[in-house]
Amino acid sequence: MPLTYNFAYLDEQSKKMIRRAILKAIAVPGFQVPFGGREMPLPYGWGTGGIQVTASVIGPDDRLKVIDQGSDDTVNAISIKQFFTKTAGIETTEHTRAATIIQTRHRIPETPLQKGQIMVFQVPIPEPLQFIEPKRTQTVKMHAFEEYGSMHVRLYEDVAKFGRIATAFDYPVQVHQRYIMSPSPIPKYDNPKLHQSPAVHLFGAGREKRIYAVPPYTDVVSLDFEDYPFELEQWDGACGVCGSAHSFLDEIVTDDLGTRMFICSDSEFCRNNAGNTFP
Amino acid sequence: MTGVQQEHTSLPLLQVRHLCKFFGRQLGCHDINFAVSPGEVIGVVGESGSGKSTLLNCIAGRIKPSNGSVLFSSSKGIIDLCRCEEALMRKIIRTQTGYVTQNPARSLKMHISAGGNIGEKLMAAGMRHYGEIRKTALMWLEKVEIDPCRIDDLPATFSGGMQQRLQIAANLVNAPRIMLMDEPTSGLDVSVQARLIDVLRKLVSGLHLSMILVTHDLAVARLLCHRLYVMKQGEIVESGLSDQILDDPRQPYTQLLVSSVLKP
Repeated sequence: MPLTYNFAYLDEQSKKMIRRAILKAIAVPGFQVPFGGREMPLPYGWGTGGIQVTASVIGPDDRLKVIDQGSDDTVNAISIKQFFTKTAGIETTEHTRAATIIQTRHRIPETPLQKGQIMVFQVPIPEPLQFIEPKRTQTVKMHAFEEYGSMHVRLYEDVAKFGRIATAFDYPVQVHQRYIMSPSPIPKYDNPKLHQSPAVHLFGAGREKRIYAVPPYTDVVSLDFEDYPFELEQWDGACGVCGSAHSFLDEIVTDDLGTRMFICSDSEFCRNNAGNTFP
Repeated sequence: MTGVQQEHTSLPLLQVRHLCKFFGRQLGCHDINFAVSPGEVIGVVGESGSGKSTLLNCIAGRIKPSNGSVLFSSSKGIIDLCRCEEALMRKIIRTQTGYVTQNPARSLKMHISAGGNIGEKLMAAGMRHYGEIRKTALMWLEKVEIDPCRIDDLPATFSGGMQQRLQIAANLVNAPRIMLMDEPTSGLDVSVQARLIDVLRKLVSGLHLSMILVTHDLAVARLLCHRLYVMKQGEIVESGLSDQILDDPRQPYTQLLVSSVLKP
């Protein structure tokens, strides 16, 4: 007898519980809602949080896009897509515009998101205050009483050490003028894409068992100093494949002599930009 | 009426009333009453285990007292720190008080530079200008006699005495109205102790700070404190002006305490 799973792997009770957590997270933007994380058939750190969120919100009519480091065709992205094709029988896509749910690690697609789309983030460390205060009991209170001043200590240390805010990813943001949130794995290049975004952004941390969210059209502000404002990364060159100078670039070493090139991290964007001229 | 005016200005900054703390059946401190006026330095002395630190922790909101109240006169009137909302209590503790522990490693963030440690309270108070924070941190390092070029070094690379002075700077930077000090000089070399006391004396008189100093070092108490409270088994057994208590102790316990100090 062939092994069959419930739609999207998780049982309905678990999905219901996770949906409740998601609703609460959307109601209180940026607040970390604890949830009863389930065992998933992949190890912690590979996207157990994101995959549970996706499994809870996905329906038979959804089209799923999964990216890892911006790329549609890495092992993790392919495996997660196959997982949902197998357990939910849904369609997958590489086109950002065609997707209704986009699960991601590290990036928000370059193509602007639209109303009705759901971004699902796989989060390793949901607590932005952990760097300052390792005690969970304390960080809960700091969030509750809005004691956020010490968040800037991390940025201060950066400026003191490097002469600029050197934090490049996991750059802390304040959501809806209230909670400080870790956008976790995305580069700070993507932070402005969260601000007033028409899409829903759901963050799932599987190991830490927390869900948080940024609802559509919500203010998301990156922390900074008056004299050291928030800045985006800049690159010396353009993408070596499509020539784009307006996307997030990865630096790649191409031989043993140290030759390097920059290419777009978002593979779909790069392919479209290059006019589908490369395989 | 001038009398009302006078009463207002001489209002104590902090009043401790009938403060009790039990740890299960174990007595921490019992029925403690005293008041601290603005600019006054109070010493609490007694042997170890007499409830001095418990008392200080209750005042600092770090442990919840079993009974009694801690009244703080803030700009919004007198507030009972034991009964008000936790958010308000934490805000008053954070902005109006400083807390210096015996072991600087427990209070300083050892993985953050000296400047970051001093700047933390400024940033918590809402300062968002890096240049200003940096300038203030440098000024405070100088005030506590630490070479300003050490501003980017981790506290772990500092000597014990320097760490203790850094801790004091980090607590004074947002101009608190009262400092709570839990044996700030113990565990330090005698010469380092002398320097720390020197720094403390200068700061206290210059900033018109109130201070509650818990110590078992009577010499430190005599040098810094205006008034002394002697504690034994969780209760205050004797109180009065420092010189009066140290020169003419009434209670047998205080006499024992004073006579136990080695004289060269």
